[in-house]
Amino acid sequence: MADSSSETALVVGVDPRRRRGGPLPRGGTARRDAVRALPLLPAVVLLAVFLLGPVVSSFYGAFTNASLRGAAARSTEFVGLRNYVDLFSDPDFPKSVLLTLVFLIGSAILGQNVLGMVLAVAMRSSARPVRGIVSTIVVGAWVLPEIVASFAAYAFFAQDGTLNALLGLVGVEGPSWLYDAPMMSVILANVWRGTAFSMLVYSAALSDVPPEITESAEVDGARGWQRFAYITVPMIRRSISTNLMLTTLQTLSVFTLVYVMTGGGPGTDSSTLPVLAYQEAFRFSELGLGTAIATILLVVGGVFSVVYIRALRPEAD
Amino acid sequence: MSLALTSPRGRGLRITANLVLALIGVAFLLPMVWLLLASFDRSATLSVGLPSEWTLENFTAVMTWDLAFRPLLNSLILAGGCAVITVVVSVLAAYPLSRYRLRINPPFLYGVLFGTCLPITAMMVPVYMLFVWFDLIDSIAGTVLFLAATSLPMAIWMTKNFMDSVPISLEEAAWVDGASMMTTLVRVVMPLMRSGIGVVFIFVFMQAWGNFFVPFVLLLSPDRQPAAVSIFSFFGQYGAVAYGQLAAFSLLYSLPVLALYVLVTRLSGGSFALAGAVKG
Repeated sequence: MADSSSETALVVGVDPRRRRGGPLPRGGTARRDAVRALPLLPAVVLLAVFLLGPVVSSFYGAFTNASLRGAAARSTEFVGLRNYVDLFSDPDFPKSVLLTLVFLIGSAILGQNVLGMVLAVAMRSSARPVRGIVSTIVVGAWVLPEIVASFAAYAFFAQDGTLNALLGLVGVEGPSWLYDAPMMSVILANVWRGTAFSMLVYSAALSDVPPEITESAEVDGARGWQRFAYITVPMIRRSISTNLMLTTLQTLSVFTLVYVMTGGGPGTDSSTLPVLAYQEAFRFSELGLGTAIATILLVVGGVFSVVYIRALRPEAD
Repeated sequence: MSLALTSPRGRGLRITANLVLALIGVAFLLPMVWLLLASFDRSATLSVGLPSEWTLENFTAVMTWDLAFRPLLNSLILAGGCAVITVVVSVLAAYPLSRYRLRINPPFLYGVLFGTCLPITAMMVPVYMLFVWFDLIDSIAGTVLFLAATSLPMAIWMTKNFMDSVPISLEEAAWVDGASMMTTLVRVVMPLMRSGIGVVFIFVFMQAWGNFFVPFVLLLSPDRQPAAVSIFSFFGQYGAVAYGQLAAFSLLYSLPVLALYVLVTRLSGGSFALAGAVKG
C-alpha cells in the first residue's frame, strides 16, 4: 500500500486521460495553456514569497553582518565569507555538526527505524487487542502537539521525574538525565515521539508482502530470522530507503523537543544545528551567523531531497 | 504465517511478540500518563503517580481568558486561517496539475516535492529577516500566510492525488454542456472529493495548531501568541511549581488535535492515511 500509493503520486506530469486510455489532448495554443495554468498562480505566489524568498535571501544574508542590535542592525554590510570563516573557526560549530549527526543516527536511523520495524513485525504475530492498544499508544505520542510531547518527555527525564522514580523502585539512584546525558535523553525522546511513522510505513509494507513467498521459504527450511533477512527485507527495501530518508529529514529539523528539554545545554552539549542557529541569531543577535548555519542546513536538506526524489523517480524501477 | 501459528514454535513466537509489544507499549505510555494524572493532581510533581487527592482545580485555575481562552482563540485563528488558505490554494493548483498536460506541470511538481523536504526550522532565521524587511513581525496575517506556504507543498500533493482518483468522464459531460473550468471544478470535482478535501484540511489544521517554532519566532506580543507559545511562557514562569496546571493546560490544548486525528482516520479509513500523506 505504501509503495503503490507513493508510486502513483510520483508519476509526474502524466495526463490522467492518457492513463485512462483516452485520447491525448491536442497541442493547444500558448494562450489557452496560460489560461489553464492560471489556477496555479496563488500557489506560485505564496511559495515564491514565503518559501523561495527566505531561501534565496538566506544565501545573501549569510554574507552580511546583519544583526538585531547595534550598528549592524541599522546598516547591514556585505562581509563576504566572514560568517562562514567565523563559523568554522568557532569550536561550537563542529561540535554542533557532530551532535546533529549523533542525533540523526541515534534517533532517526537506528532508533525510529529499528523500533518501528520491531513493532511492525511483532504486530503481525500478536493478539489483536494487544496490537490495537499498543499501536494507539505509539501513534498517540506522534499525534500529540510537539510542545506537549516535549513537556511530557521533559517530565519523564527530569531529576525527580518518572524515569528516576522507576529506577528508585529497584533501588537505583538515577542521575540527572537532562544534565548528565542530554543527548541520550533527547534521542530517546525523539524515538518515543517519531517511531509511529516508521511503524505505520513498515506495517503497510509488510502487509504487501505476499504470504506465499515466506511460506514457501519456510517449507524450504528457512528459519524465522532467515526468512526475515533474506526474503522480507529485500522485498520491502524501497520502503526502507524511503523511510530512512524521510525520518532523517524530519529529525534534521527537530527544534522544539531539544529546546524545551535541554535548551541546547548544559553549555552547548545538546545544541544541534537548528538550536545553534536559533541561539546565534536570537540570543546572541548574530543574524548573519545564524543565517550561515541555516544555509548549511538547507543545503544538507536539499541534498537529501534530491536523493529522495531521484530514488523515487518512476523510471528508477 | 498461518502454518507458523499452528506449530508449537508459532505459539512461542506469538507469546514473544505480545510480550515485546506490551513492554514497548508501557514504555511509550508512561510519559503520556503523567500528563493525564498530573492534571487531576492537587500536588502534582514531575513523576508519574496516582494523585493523592483528585481535583479539577488545575483545570479551573487555567480556564481564564488570559491563560487559556485567548491563546486557544489565537491558535484557532492561526490554524483555521492557514487551513482555509491552504485548501483553497491547493484545490485551485491541483486542477490544472491533475486535468491538463501543461508544460509547467513537471517542473512545478518537482519544485513542490522539493519543498516538502525543506527543513522548515532551518528557515526560521531567514524568514525572520524577511519579515523584518516586510514589517510583518508580530503580524498574525503574515504568520498565517507563512504557515500556509509551508503546508502548501504537502497539501498540493495530497489534493492532486485525491483529484486524480475522480474520474474525468463526468467533467467531459459538463464541458460538452459548455461549463467553464471553474464551474466544473466547483460543481463537479469538489463534491466528489469532499472527504479528500476534509482530510487535507484536518491535516493542515493539525500541523498549524501544533506548530510551536513559527509563532514563537514571528509573534512577539503575548496577546497574539497561540497556545503552543503561551504554554511555553507559562512553563518558564511557573514551571517549577504548577505542574498540575501545566498538564491541565497541555491537555486542553491537545484535545482538539486528538479528536481531529480520530476524525481523519474515520474519513480516510485507516490510521495510515496521514503517514501516507506525509510520504507524498
